[in-house]
Amino acid sequence: MNNPPLLALSGLTKAYPGVVANDDVSLTIAPGEVHALLGENGAGKSTLVKMIYGLVKPDSGTMQMHGTPFHPNEPRAARAAGVGMVFQHFSLFDALSVAENIALGMEDAPKLGTLSKQIRDVSEAYGLPLSPDRIVGDLSAGERQRVEIIRCLLQDPKLLIMDEPTSVLTPQEVEILFKTLRKLSAEGTAILYISHKLEEIRSLCDSATILRLGKVVGHCTPSETSARDMAEMMVGSILKTPLRTGKTPGDVLLDLRGLNAKSPSAFGMPLRDISVQVRAGEVLGIGGVAGNGQDELLAALSGENLSQPGMVFFKGYDIGQLSPIARRGLGILAAPEERLGHAAAPDMTLTENAMLTGAVREKLERRGMLNWPAATRFAERIIKEFDVRTPGPGNAARSLSGGNLQKFVIGREVLQRPEVLVVNQPTWGVDASAAASIRQALLDLAENGAAVIVISQDLDELMEISDRFAALNEGRLSEPRPAQGLTVDEIGLMMGGAHGMEVAHV
Amino acid sequence: MDLSAINPVLFVAGFLVAATPLIFAALGELVVEKSGVLNLGVEGMMIMGAICGFATAVETGSPLLGFAAAAVGGALLSLLFAFLTQITLANQVASGLALTLFGLGFSALLGQSYVGIKPPRLAEVNFGPLHDIPVLGPVLFSHDIILYLGFALVVAIWAMLKFTRAGLILRAVGESHDAAHALGYKVVRIRTLAIMFGGACAGLGGAYISLIRVPQWTEGMTAGVGWIALALVVFASWKPWRLLLGAYLFGGITQLQLNLQGAGVAIPVEYLAMSPYIITILVLVVLSADKSSAPASLGRTFHASS
Repeated sequence: MNNPPLLALSGLTKAYPGVVANDDVSLTIAPGEVHALLGENGAGKSTLVKMIYGLVKPDSGTMQMHGTPFHPNEPRAARAAGVGMVFQHFSLFDALSVAENIALGMEDAPKLGTLSKQIRDVSEAYGLPLSPDRIVGDLSAGERQRVEIIRCLLQDPKLLIMDEPTSVLTPQEVEILFKTLRKLSAEGTAILYISHKLEEIRSLCDSATILRLGKVVGHCTPSETSARDMAEMMVGSILKTPLRTGKTPGDVLLDLRGLNAKSPSAFGMPLRDISVQVRAGEVLGIGGVAGNGQDELLAALSGENLSQPGMVFFKGYDIGQLSPIARRGLGILAAPEERLGHAAAPDMTLTENAMLTGAVREKLERRGMLNWPAATRFAERIIKEFDVRTPGPGNAARSLSGGNLQKFVIGREVLQRPEVLVVNQPTWGVDASAAASIRQALLDLAENGAAVIVISQDLDELMEISDRFAALNEGRLSEPRPAQGLTVDEIGLMMGGAHGMEVAHV
Repeated sequence: MDLSAINPVLFVAGFLVAATPLIFAALGELVVEKSGVLNLGVEGMMIMGAICGFATAVETGSPLLGFAAAAVGGALLSLLFAFLTQITLANQVASGLALTLFGLGFSALLGQSYVGIKPPRLAEVNFGPLHDIPVLGPVLFSHDIILYLGFALVVAIWAMLKFTRAGLILRAVGESHDAAHALGYKVVRIRTLAIMFGGACAGLGGAYISLIRVPQWTEGMTAGVGWIALALVVFASWKPWRLLLGAYLFGGITQLQLNLQGAGVAIPVEYLAMSPYIITILVLVVLSADKSSAPASLGRTFHASS
């Protein structure tokens, strides 16, 4: 091969105070290659792509594009050189229209009218239907991602970076995305694909680079390597699969009868006529694309949003009008998705955060007086039993990494011996081994007679731990079905298929 | 009581003058807030503009130079706010309040030797024959250039926000500074420029009070117009045309209550004096039923942590 690779990185190093995010990372990508970047959270994937996209400057090392040095000082320069990036957390503006959002990501955006036509053309060419006039705040997650992809495609990129693109998509939408990516690759666009979903990488990618703790620990050809081998290269140790013993569920603990609830936020989703029973010892998995009522369902169960009488029952008692504190007293606990700001107060210490939800059930409070020594002991117990990596309970919640804080937030609820536990995205952003231990804790809890409701976007996780599976779609809950034996297609249909894809020729 | 003493022509001409300081100050703050920054220092920047403009006009004899100095003075003071909130990441509410207190005190110090002086008068724009049209002439074509500038600025800001790329970027920064940063826009630089524009506008508004509307210098003479401007921006739902409407309403009722006082209406002066504030706020509250238009990042501190 005489042709220089599209992009060659050699010896890239980037250190932040206290941590080396990237240590001597080298890799090459050929035109049209789909290259996977694998690694756990904190392995340095994001830092690496930020350097390529010009958001972060490397401390040392060189980058070459088409054989010539490439040193983007800012995203603008990277885009001019033909690098496009689709962000993990979409960099979109809710209150602006699709066309305006796309114009913001372009160097020399044409007039909005011309741009709208280009958007329509590109979206048709790649099977990604999208109306340029819609307000982004009203779009589904899959549609938002199309906005980002089309924004990149309009600039005719040579290299497209995709950071965890499928975490918010239904299986059908993933298929559509992969078709688009394969088409791009066939046209000569290289794709740098970041994910921790190994099966996807095996079906999509030509080659893979695996990072651990900022270092390249291996390269492989995904189609010839098993998912388990790749996972173990990422983690650097042998993985344990959560264990569960089959058991017949007990009495009905939680009973929803035609739950309707308005969403408190303007861009939220109301709950529509949700009926489901959850029994002691059972794990109910609830899937669905984000923004289809997950947050609202958790709020209705935790008591954050009160519901009308006659809709939410616990052991036969109507609890719809009870506050979160009263429900905690009964044993109905919840761990919401948003770690910083919802599940935990970012600037308060772990002890204080343990006090905040544990006061009732762990008897950390008497007649309005707080028992701080007991709260500290409770926090220490969570840290120990859930392997939370932190110097001690006196540290602020904000100072923990996402995965560690997630372990703390889940552990805090699990250790309060709930009768009903509702968790939303329990292992979001948690590395593979910690995720396995969180799932094991949830299973153990059910084993001991609690009813557990797991709301998650991660279908593999739901299939692994749920007894029954249901999906939220536009605020409605599908009929729960036994998780064993469900196929991906069936799950996808339960999730509402591909949103807004009726007109696509796929 | 003699309502016939109120001359409608003079009344309308008067309320255009009364509304102008408010238009400038509120329009500047609208741009600042569209960029996602809440600057509560409008009152302070106005009063600094009032004294800088007044002093310069008196010393040089040129009112236009005075207005230029007022814009510079307001922008310089706003730079202090920009430094505090954008560089040192201080709290915007506290910094804004400090700016107002500082501006009121500092302007009093600067203005000590200017109390009781009359400033040079800014000539009316010569519209030739237009000025002689009955009713319309005195109402619309007998004002100074700054008043027309204020109206033109409303149109310009509206068009800028709606039709230009610069306006789109400004709105984007105010909507989500993290997303804007990820796309490579310089959030701090854009916000600093917006803050300075807001300062310059507030300065012009202040100078319009001290050079045209009153015209003399007294301590604290902006008398809360800066705060009304802040409220006006919110109640106008961050829309320039609605802001213009609110400013005219406020100016109109201010002028009306002065005329009513002059005509000896049997309502206590205190009620009349508070009426412009109450009525403006009431009307704008009703108008601003669509509340979702606040910039989503308004008042949030931006730090480019990578």
